[in-house]
Amino acid sequence: MSQLSGILPVSESDELRADLAIIAGWIKPDSKVLDLGCGDGTLLAKLREQQNVRGYGLEINAFNIETCVQKNINVIQSDLNDGLKAYFADNSFDSVIMSQTLQATEQPDLLIEEMLRVGAEAIVTFPNMAHWKARLQLGLKGIMPVTKNLPHQWFNTPNVHLCTLNDFEVLCRNHDIHILQRTVVDYSHKKGSWLMNMFPNLLGEIAIYRFCKNK
Amino acid sequence: MPETITDDSVGIVESQIAHFSEALTLECGKSLTQYDIAYETYGQLNAEASNAILICHALSGDQHAAGYNSMDDKKAGWWDSAIGPGKAIDTNQFFVVCINNLGGCKGSSGPNTINPETGKYWGPDFPIVTVKDWTLCQYRFMLSLNINHWCAVIGGSLGGMQVLQWTIDYPDLIKHAVVIAAAPKLSAQNIAFNEVARQSIMSDPDFCDGHYLEKETVPRRGLMLARMLGHITYLSDDAMRDKFGRELREGKLNFGFDVDFQVESYLRYQGRSFVDRFDANTYLLMTKTLDYFDPASAYGDDLALAVKKTNARFMVISFTSDWRFAPERSQEIVKALLQAEKLVSYIEIDANQGHDAFLIPIPHYMNVFTSHMQLIAEELS
Repeated sequence: MSQLSGILPVSESDELRADLAIIAGWIKPDSKVLDLGCGDGTLLAKLREQQNVRGYGLEINAFNIETCVQKNINVIQSDLNDGLKAYFADNSFDSVIMSQTLQATEQPDLLIEEMLRVGAEAIVTFPNMAHWKARLQLGLKGIMPVTKNLPHQWFNTPNVHLCTLNDFEVLCRNHDIHILQRTVVDYSHKKGSWLMNMFPNLLGEIAIYRFCKNK
Repeated sequence: MPETITDDSVGIVESQIAHFSEALTLECGKSLTQYDIAYETYGQLNAEASNAILICHALSGDQHAAGYNSMDDKKAGWWDSAIGPGKAIDTNQFFVVCINNLGGCKGSSGPNTINPETGKYWGPDFPIVTVKDWTLCQYRFMLSLNINHWCAVIGGSLGGMQVLQWTIDYPDLIKHAVVIAAAPKLSAQNIAFNEVARQSIMSDPDFCDGHYLEKETVPRRGLMLARMLGHITYLSDDAMRDKFGRELREGKLNFGFDVDFQVESYLRYQGRSFVDRFDANTYLLMTKTLDYFDPASAYGDDLALAVKKTNARFMVISFTSDWRFAPERSQEIVKALLQAEKLVSYIEIDANQGHDAFLIPIPHYMNVFTSHMQLIAEELS
């Protein structure tokens, strides 16, 4: 089983990480969600408390599973690379969320299709490989970028499918996917400035997309 | 003998017998006009009778799940690792009940007890009971204790199958279901192993067509073989390698057909000690109970439909190296529960001990189990 967890540090504070707070703001109250790579269950716990959201988390890491159980989250231990077919029928959820996990999956394009098979909408977040710091490292220094946001070396990174905002949007076009909302945040997960949102592919560190199938 | 009884043990417990004089009609069509159920309890029932947990035993288990029946006992009950003060199933918080299932051989009515109508041993004439018959018995037993629901029903292997049956048969009387190392029904391979076990018992000349108790004999060789076969399926290849490798018992090959390797010695020991504590007819009966288990069959083979009515919340646990009831079999249960939109968590414990892992206090397993049970305890207050 591959390791899809621990890609980003987890905030110790009670406040929700900004990217998770944005996702929570995009989820309708009383809806049914599936959280792929739900980590320690923080997002699902908040959604349940604040918005009466029901749902399940999928997670592979044993320690995260323990924390999810302590938080009373319905968690299914599962490898996302095995897909969702084993467990979920078409249109089972209002929203399917995948936060900071897409870039570490074996076949992101197939998983995105799966998200839209089982859910009416999907939300993903991923690190933007075209952020200016990454561009500088590759463009000027000629090395694979290592940033706070992408802390691993090329040989030990779990992030095997990094992409940029532009790449992601091309994928959406090719897969007949309609982007409903897009925003970017920086590494500390602060909500992006107007400048960041003006040039998201250059200044945004983490991309957040909400999308559905083209009707 | 336990040298000392530790603080996390339920201590010395006594098995008791409850007599039921209300007739019990079984799935096979036969009835028992009266029957006995042997049981043990640990912990205290609270004033609201809301903290009762039923523990369901597996193929060779019984009512003695925890503690010691006397200071002369060599070993504690079969799930002592999980039941006791401060343990996963915390007897400071829960009232824990374990019964010897009907057809068993530890005090409940079964082949090794006397048929009140004939005054002779039941032997092979004891009706074949099903998991559904057991849940009916357990339900009646629950009422006899003045309990109107279980806050949890918990079991591993065949015990886990009873848990699943409970959620189907009494959907409102069970709040939490913990299904461990189980399957929604047996595979052809599972049935095949059971059949070899039965054949080994029935082909023993001392079996006497099941009437061995009257003839004052025991089909020792047959029952021993059945248990040896079972033990192979309870362990994983890795676990056997770790435990025995190719270690020689006497340090050299003997060029004969007696024991050369430690694994042979282990299997013979397990087989022999089983004969002293188990009844051959019960073994035949309980393997049939396993083979017949298929709760979805009454619902057009749709397990999701079978569990549709239940309000229980589930925790399903499997073990990576279990090949008797592999993780894929637990996943079948999880899939049905997700389709039925039930509350469920599924944990796959990384363990190399095979099917036996469900009785072993593996840290990750016990952490998850304890956390889950703690939340159930918090719901009570």
